[in-house]
Amino acid sequence: MSHFLSPIFASGFFESEAVHIALGVGTLVAVVTGVVGVFTVMRGQSFAGEAFGDLGTTGGAGAYFVGVGPLWGFVLGNVIAAGAMEAIGVQRVRGRDLATGIVLGAGLGLAALFLHLYTTGHSTTGATVTILFGSVFAISSTTVPLIVLLGAIVLAITLTIYRPLLLSSVNAEMASARGIPVRLIGVLYLLALALAAALAAITIGTILSTALIVGPAASALRLTRRPLTALVVAAGIGIGAMWLGIVLAYDSYYWPPHGTIWPVSFFVVTLVFVTYLLSGLPEASRRRAERTPSESSAARPATAS
Amino acid sequence: MNEAPHKAPPATPGQEILQVDGVSVRLSGRTILDHVSFHIAPGQFTGLIGSNGAGKTTLFRVILGLQAASAGRVLFGGPAHPREHVRRHRLVGYVPQKFLFDPDVPLRARDLVGLGIDAHRLGVPRPSRSRRALVEEMLHAVDAERFADTRVGKLSGGEQQRILIAHALIARPRLLLLDEPLANLDLGSAQEVVALLARITREQEVAVLISAHEINPLLPVMDRIVYLAAGRAVSGSTEEVVRPDVLSELYGRHVDVLHVHGRVLIVAGAGEDADLAGHEGVFPGAGVLL
Repeated sequence: MSHFLSPIFASGFFESEAVHIALGVGTLVAVVTGVVGVFTVMRGQSFAGEAFGDLGTTGGAGAYFVGVGPLWGFVLGNVIAAGAMEAIGVQRVRGRDLATGIVLGAGLGLAALFLHLYTTGHSTTGATVTILFGSVFAISSTTVPLIVLLGAIVLAITLTIYRPLLLSSVNAEMASARGIPVRLIGVLYLLALALAAALAAITIGTILSTALIVGPAASALRLTRRPLTALVVAAGIGIGAMWLGIVLAYDSYYWPPHGTIWPVSFFVVTLVFVTYLLSGLPEASRRRAERTPSESSAARPATAS
Repeated sequence: MNEAPHKAPPATPGQEILQVDGVSVRLSGRTILDHVSFHIAPGQFTGLIGSNGAGKTTLFRVILGLQAASAGRVLFGGPAHPREHVRRHRLVGYVPQKFLFDPDVPLRARDLVGLGIDAHRLGVPRPSRSRRALVEEMLHAVDAERFADTRVGKLSGGEQQRILIAHALIARPRLLLLDEPLANLDLGSAQEVVALLARITREQEVAVLISAHEINPLLPVMDRIVYLAAGRAVSGSTEEVVRPDVLSELYGRHVDVLHVHGRVLIVAGAGEDADLAGHEGVFPGAGVLL
């Protein structure tokens, strides 16, 4: 068995505790980001997702600076950012991008300061790379309970407000007319998105976290017509990219140049991107198939239509 | 005020499904609605006619409770049991002004209709036979079975209107509000939607309040008309309202009502109405532009 699979799973893959944690956390985070991401794409809030990724940088840098785990920094940074975006007016469609952009700029300035102070004091740039690009193999087992708790909170929020959230994401006016508190739903959703982005950041880094939120969801929207199926498909794509990414990263130790592991984040994001490209194929081929007969019928002399 | 004399017997007092009572709305110094009063009896088909900016959407927002009135009130269930705000969301179905669904939204037509049942409830919808049957029945009522499994974003304008109507109707409201449902529809689709609404009014015993800037497509089916101009309103039967003297008083300038080939054209008088010169003496959208 292991003999046949050895070209795929390099030696020690199934024994490594780091791999176990990476696979477990990766799966949970893929489910959470997939479910939340479908609504992010539907609501056109990808830019807010991006902003959480970037402001997580501020939180993560601050966490290193004061000496606590980066996940606390991601969570705190993103929740504060969500509050700020809500206060400035993220709920108004027109104000959305502007408000997010203003918060973003201020936050990244702080991140630069924290990282400068930390790396100057510790003469290392490891923190910067970990925050920006993640290290799913370096997640300590003591962080896992917090990750599970946060994941459960995000899923609980999203699935509890599923129906009102779905209608207000499709059309806020129709939702208001039904007596749905659209603003409250929006705030709860923003909170779920903030926590999901924090989880994505601990896994594949703050810079790339948006890719995990938006990518699988955008692919899922192309592949299915049903809302609940879209959540499942998005989670599935995320899990697939995560698992394959972890395997490839582990194997890459034996790739040239020998002795270094390629970043998991690189593989995950690349796989997500490739999936997105591939997800456009069914629609494109369907359109081509539709065009051919309609052209031939147009060529025929006009009959009763 | 400006209420045309009722020649047709009004519905039994106390039975009105909706009573708009002297509603005014002022937003940042501008008067959007000025003492608007009218009522709607069960099953009545009422057209809310007015050009763009006359205050139609604001009036809808007041009725829906999304916009507070500066003065006046909106009562549901009639004066015998005046219930402000009470059960509003159950009594009133709403079809918003034309908007485009994003083609990527993962929502089939039947999913959107289903959301009309229970979108206000928490949790994920549990499929059940009765739920499916209800959705199917409503799709049939609006003649939308053909495209029930198509994404809402890929439907034509007329098809989207049908689905939005089904979404609003499935909760069994007593009153259906439709904001400019005929705008941007071609003549054929507009006539189909009007015929559908007239049929549904009878079959589902629901009253309809439909806004439009164009009076003619609604003439054959309207029981009553609420004519809105610059925030002021007159209401009554079509014969009572669409008259030169009534509309001249509403507009505050001389207005002619012409009947041409079964159509109504509402035309502003010449002379002091120099400000209307750009519109060639015709109130925009009031009939002649069709």
